[in-house]
Amino acid sequence: MTGSLRSALGYVAVAAAAYYALVVVPRDGDIAVMINGSIYAGYAILALSLALIWGFGGILSFGQASFFGLAGYVYAIAGINLGDTAVALFLAVAASAAFAAILGYFMFWGRLSDVYLGVITLTVSLILFRFFNQTAGEEWTIGAAPLGGFNGIPSTPILTPIGHPDQPLSPENIYILSVMALAFCYLLCRFVIATRFGRAVVAIRENPVRAELLGYDTRLYKLGVFVIGGAIAGLGGVVFANSVFVSPTMFNLQTNGQVIIWVIVGGLGTLAGPVLGCFAMLALSTWLGSLNGVASGWTDPNLVMGAVLTVCVVTLRQGLLPTVVAAGERLIATLLRRIRIQKFGQPHAVDEPL
Amino acid sequence: MSATPPLLEARGLVMRFGGVTAVGGVSMSIGEGELRCLIGPNGAGKSTFFKMLSGQLLPTAGEVLLRGRSIAGLHAASIARLGVGVKTQTPSVFDGLSVLESVRIATNAILPPNLARRRADEALERMQIGHLAKAVVGSLAHGQRQLVELSMVVSQAPDLILLDEPAAGMTGREVERLGDLIIDLVRTCSVIVVEHDMEFIRRIARTVTVFNRGVVLAEGPAAEVMSDARVRDVYLGKEAA
Repeated sequence: MTGSLRSALGYVAVAAAAYYALVVVPRDGDIAVMINGSIYAGYAILALSLALIWGFGGILSFGQASFFGLAGYVYAIAGINLGDTAVALFLAVAASAAFAAILGYFMFWGRLSDVYLGVITLTVSLILFRFFNQTAGEEWTIGAAPLGGFNGIPSTPILTPIGHPDQPLSPENIYILSVMALAFCYLLCRFVIATRFGRAVVAIRENPVRAELLGYDTRLYKLGVFVIGGAIAGLGGVVFANSVFVSPTMFNLQTNGQVIIWVIVGGLGTLAGPVLGCFAMLALSTWLGSLNGVASGWTDPNLVMGAVLTVCVVTLRQGLLPTVVAAGERLIATLLRRIRIQKFGQPHAVDEPL
Repeated sequence: MSATPPLLEARGLVMRFGGVTAVGGVSMSIGEGELRCLIGPNGAGKSTFFKMLSGQLLPTAGEVLLRGRSIAGLHAASIARLGVGVKTQTPSVFDGLSVLESVRIATNAILPPNLARRRADEALERMQIGHLAKAVVGSLAHGQRQLVELSMVVSQAPDLILLDEPAAGMTGREVERLGDLIIDLVRTCSVIVVEHDMEFIRRIARTVTVFNRGVVLAEGPAAEVMSDARVRDVYLGKEAA
């Protein structure tokens, strides 16, 4: 199958998913589904940010949740103090991008190797976790916003329409906006990797030495894609803050580890794969959490997630999406050959093994 | 000193790795449109010397001047943008990209889109690998990968091209074509070639510089240098230690 056809089918699949999420689900009007859908969308945006910087930029950020959580907190604090959450949204995304720029500057200009990059990003995320975890008490109040320590900020404000800070959006509207934010981020990533900048980023992933010898300052390109990833993760954090509320768990080890699992299971090097991986793993852990009886002892979500990851790494080397796409292509090729055989009454190409 | 500085001048270049001196004070000057061959046994410091010229290594001491401007200490990408193209010893290519995409990456770095596209196509035609444009670089044979890397370098039309063992892994016909290509390149730019293949050197060489143990052992016209007894000894391993 040609690349352009595959790309067109990809857009059709994305459009179908968007139609289902934006038209079919709201028509059923199940509020629980929609609230869960917003949470999934927030996490999926986080997965997308890692899909971009790791899958295309080759930067393994083990602390992608730093930007997710930081944007959540900035959104909540700014929202409570300013009263206008639309402004808070922009501040939050800008703050996570700025934080990614500062962190990225030190990492890329310091010429850190990949392993240290993972260690440092994870450490930064865990420092943020520790910090926000101990912010219980009156002294940790920014303006009118108490940071709340381990409990987070349960009074995280809900988005309001621009100019109407006194009318918070309904869960249905938050759901629609969350799905649209996910679609927007997906298209943004597609756009970024299609630009010259994006092609250079991919080339740098393939061979940084060659890219430098051709005149690309690899530090600058890595920083660029890292900042875009930070901003996207930040938007995911704001979506999450609107669906649940902000708390230090946004930064913790489990969140950071999960994102990496979603990307690996869904397919590193693709954009839609990690989103699917995120949905599949979240659905699986929700289902496992709802089991009771004898089975529940053996179906600890973490245990099962670990098993799924292991199976994926060992058997589906490339992850779910690339495996499914490859299988689909083989099927189509076989069907086409059958049709040709029927048409001409005899096998077409003898040298082509079935 | 002449009115215009030489294209490239190395002055007393030294590179030490810990206690090991890989290059121990090399001075060399390359003029515009010159073809220079560097030869010498393994470990003589040729590749290290190249890496200092291209900015991949920071010299311990000494200076590199490009048209009179000091470039030692500049970032490799900045040196590349000043017009120095490098083909590394083992093919350094983008394995996951197609041949055409790879060359587009090279031309994109220096040209606007429509020109970049044309220049990339021209480079592939010039290297006679236009038929491989859509092939994934990682799936190609060693010699073809060498040509892909060369296409990337040539497509940027640099003023100086450093070729580190370009003929390695190529078939006889490919080597012949490479020789013609290098002679063709020298009409528009200067080329420094590191090579072990003496047959190849004889084919293309004009001026030859011989490296041994990190210093220049001999320099001069090809025929003269190759009949030098010291050079023969170095290559045959007879040198008294």
